[in-house]
Amino acid sequence: MSRIGVFICHCGENIARTVDCARLAEESGKLPGVMVSVDYKYMCSDPGQNMIKRAIAEHKLDGVVVAACSPHMHEPTFRAAVVQSGMNPYLCEMANIREHCSWVHTDRELATEKAIDLVRVMVEKVKRNQELFPIRVPITKRALVIGGGIAGIQAALDIAAGGHEVILVERQPSVGGNMARLSETFPTLDCSQCILTPRMVEVARDPRITLYTYAEVEEVEGFVGNFKVKIRQKAKSVNADICNGCGDCWNKCPMKKIPSEFDAGLGYRTAIYVPFPQAVPNTPVIDREHCLKFLKDKCGVCAKVCTRGAIDYEMQDEIIEAEVGAIVVATGYDLYGIGKEQPNERWKGYGEYNYDTYKDVINGIQFERLLSASGPTQGEVRRPSDGKVPKSVAFIACVGSRDPEKGIEYCSKICCMYVAKHAMLYKHKVHDGQPYIFYMDIRAGGKNYEEFVRRAVEEDGVLYIRGRVSKIYKDGDQLVVVGADTLSDSQVQIRADLVVLATAMVPHKNAYEFAQKIGIACGSEGFYSEAHPKLRPVETMTAGIYLAGACQAPKDIPDAVAQASAAASKVQLLFSSDELEREPIVAKVNEVTCVHCRNCIRVCPYSAIDDKEIRDRHGNLIRMVAEVNEGMCMGCGTCVAACPSKSVQLAGFNDEQVFAEILALGHE
Amino acid sequence: MKIHYYPGCTLKVTATQFESSAIASAQALGVEMLELQRWNCCGTVYSLANDDLIRQLAPIRNLIRVRNENGNAVTTLCSMCLNTLKSANLLINENPEKKRTINAFMDEEEDYDGGVEVVHLLEILRDRVGFEEVRGKVTQPLSGLRASPYYGCLLLRPEEIGIDRAESPTILEDLLKSMSAEPIDSPYKAECCGSYQTVDKADLVIEKTRDIVSWAARNKAQCIVVSCPLCFFNLDERQKDLAERESGTALLPVFYFTQLLALALGLGAEVCGFQKHVIDPRPLLSSKGFI
Ligand SMILES: Cc1cc2nc3c(=O)[nH]c(=O)nc-3n(C[C@H](O)[C@H](O)[C@H](O)COP(=O)(O)OP(=O)(O)OC[C@H]3O[C@@H](n4cnc5c(N)ncnc54)[C@H](O)[C@@H]3O)c2cc1C
Ligand code: SF4
Ligand code: SF4
Repeated sequence: MSRIGVFICHCGENIARTVDCARLAEESGKLPGVMVSVDYKYMCSDPGQNMIKRAIAEHKLDGVVVAACSPHMHEPTFRAAVVQSGMNPYLCEMANIREHCSWVHTDRELATEKAIDLVRVMVEKVKRNQELFPIRVPITKRALVIGGGIAGIQAALDIAAGGHEVILVERQPSVGGNMARLSETFPTLDCSQCILTPRMVEVARDPRITLYTYAEVEEVEGFVGNFKVKIRQKAKSVNADICNGCGDCWNKCPMKKIPSEFDAGLGYRTAIYVPFPQAVPNTPVIDREHCLKFLKDKCGVCAKVCTRGAIDYEMQDEIIEAEVGAIVVATGYDLYGIGKEQPNERWKGYGEYNYDTYKDVINGIQFERLLSASGPTQGEVRRPSDGKVPKSVAFIACVGSRDPEKGIEYCSKICCMYVAKHAMLYKHKVHDGQPYIFYMDIRAGGKNYEEFVRRAVEEDGVLYIRGRVSKIYKDGDQLVVVGADTLSDSQVQIRADLVVLATAMVPHKNAYEFAQKIGIACGSEGFYSEAHPKLRPVETMTAGIYLAGACQAPKDIPDAVAQASAAASKVQLLFSSDELEREPIVAKVNEVTCVHCRNCIRVCPYSAIDDKEIRDRHGNLIRMVAEVNEGMCMGCGTCVAACPSKSVQLAGFNDEQVFAEILALGHE
Repeated sequence: MKIHYYPGCTLKVTATQFESSAIASAQALGVEMLELQRWNCCGTVYSLANDDLIRQLAPIRNLIRVRNENGNAVTTLCSMCLNTLKSANLLINENPEKKRTINAFMDEEEDYDGGVEVVHLLEILRDRVGFEEVRGKVTQPLSGLRASPYYGCLLLRPEEIGIDRAESPTILEDLLKSMSAEPIDSPYKAECCGSYQTVDKADLVIEKTRDIVSWAARNKAQCIVVSCPLCFFNLDERQKDLAERESGTALLPVFYFTQLLALALGLGAEVCGFQKHVIDPRPLLSSKGFI
């Protein structure tokens, strides 16, 4: 015979206004098996919780129903309370008479009747609840960080500083990401390389960090604390252990006209190359698509000039397998492609700006390269077509951003700032030059950001024109920028020597496929989704996988770094215990009745079910069944519904419990 | 291939050279343009104010005529006609309610089902004949002819009915290249020519003409190529007005694309009606040896 206690909360007036709580307590008290039934103003408060604890002892209760708000809100609170009285937490359930009743009804009479029903249902369930115990899984205290931009670097360094091993995987030949391409950074104008490169070196030096560059993550399996990953180390064709980075090979390589990805096509590189002089690691790779040895089996110069014999044309891709407990995704961003090649059907606007047609229409990253001391012009602002110093430059903000018709809906957030920076730096280098900025609004929310923009206007004489540009055409050796000035309500034409387009920040082209590969979600634009936009901004919906940097949304460096440190501290939190406790609400297969139809294996959205062999004691295979991995099961119940032989049950929600609830509803 | 052909009024009055050169060129490329037995005004600008349904009667009635002759598609040459017919088609296909109203109003005609496809001759050349095929049929390559294509607005906008990318079209350029002429790109190529303002605000149109023509001249174009009778009129006639006002203005002949096509296909000047031009193109053509 059960001994159940029912505790009814008024939630201030939230419930009591619509539900007659006194009557509810009285009616609940009459239910079979209910020993005590009381109501109180705030059940979650200290006195409320004490009331429950005392009742458990006093009435020797073996089950508790709290009729109050949603279990999302306070189930943990009340379960913790009953534990203090020695009761198993899974013997305590909540009946939601707030969201499911008082908040959505007005008729007090009917609402009270419904509340009585809800309590009766829960009482019948609790009678059939069993004690459940948390599942413990061991944790591999090693983290994988994917992407070696500033966010990935920061996360790796923080986790390593916490004393844990880190594997950092970067698909380019060097770490550094987009920040390495920047000249100086807003709002302080400190040199990007100067603050970044020491951190790049640190990452390579830290004995706890294993760095794989020119590598990609191929496969992620397993679950929080116990991931198994496969990393493809692409063949560098250079033995990194022998190479000392002397540069003889790339100085002698005859393939000198390959557009440099790092310089965004404004400079050239060789087939054997390091992306930039400060690259980490400083060992070159051979780009086999452009190397004569691989294209035509000719040349071989690099192998001849390398005195250390580091060149290895036979090198193969290698698959590295590793076990990690947590993953930080920091794969960064790309820029909206406005050239002739569009990344997708939806983004096809801005042909009228003639990017890709006119050499002197460039994007923001290209301008960064022109400003950078390590760039193709050694930091002198010279335009790509003829190398002249431009005397007037038009910067156009929001190219792609905030334009659902032709581009994307969201604001790229950082362009207003870097456009101001670009105009300012241009003016610092070309004193008699005139920068113009076409803009929609100036969004400069951030510490010292608005002040920075004011400086551009007031001290550096940047001319801001509020309006959109309708087209850009070439007249002689100048570009005519035709646009609207919506403040003076007139058309404007600016003759510029160079045009810089602040193109939107977008996810990588293959972001969606990558998200699927590692098992996280992404939004419609392809930025990776956080678990909760406010309260869980660095976690994904997949336990054990965290986000850092611009792969989650457009971000500047301070935000990317802050998020990276936050993700690192989440990882360390996870690594702070030896075992992981998980809710025991998981599915279990009855091996006696399982017919191995494999329906459950097919439907499980978390790939938590696997085949299991049953063998006799001589090792002969008798038959196969399905088996749920407790570490991965999320308790969704899909397999339970799919099993034709009713062999899967979800702990805490077994058939007996659920049917009892349904039957209790029919009861009058 | 046969296709129904809707001429529209201008083609029968001021732009007869457009029609004759078009029909002959199409024929030479294996496209037979069958003029509709009955047709009426396309509706012109009035039908483009689509908040007034009665203005759609004219274009829809023309589409019904196509159906009456068992046609699924109709071609037209004038940009205005193309625009009104295509817009009306789109409007009623997107608004079944409006289609019902229009059909209920017209009691002499059969109901229109919305199924007639409206295509410009340029689209036929690009999509059905193919510019490569055109290139193969050229007997008189227009080598050395520097021509500035001018689209105007009605061929390209609104985007849903335009025959090419509204901001950066290339269909005329591609056609010119197939005839070995050299297209000269212009930032003004997709801007409005001033249109009907020419009737009572000639000055405005002269301004637009100056922009378009002087750009072309400065960039060494020898002529301008259009596909719209109104653009033709404005650029040809108003260019002369401009020259009278401002001495030293270069006079650039204006062509319908079909006139150059006819020459390239070796059909001769007879089908081209060059005598109707205000700015006589014949000196240019004979200097190049094309006539
Ligand atoms: C023109 C311009 C100017 C800017 N100026 C400033 C400024 O002045 N101040 C400022 O604060 N911010 C500025 N920013 C923003 C700044 O670039 C970003 O905030 C910062 O780079 C984000 O860092 P991240 O590590 O998240 O991404 P990224 O820098 O994009 O790094 C991501 C890394 O991950 C790697 N990667 C991607 N996919 C994979 C994969 N599948 N496997 C392995 N590796 C992968 C990439 O190769 C890259 O190295 C500017 C941006 C632009 C476009
Ligand atoms: S073998 Fe390839 S990488 Fe080496 S020098 Fe020749 S082209 Fe360059
Ligand atoms: S940050 Fe500024 S420039 Fe960038 S998209 Fe937003 S409003 Fe436009």
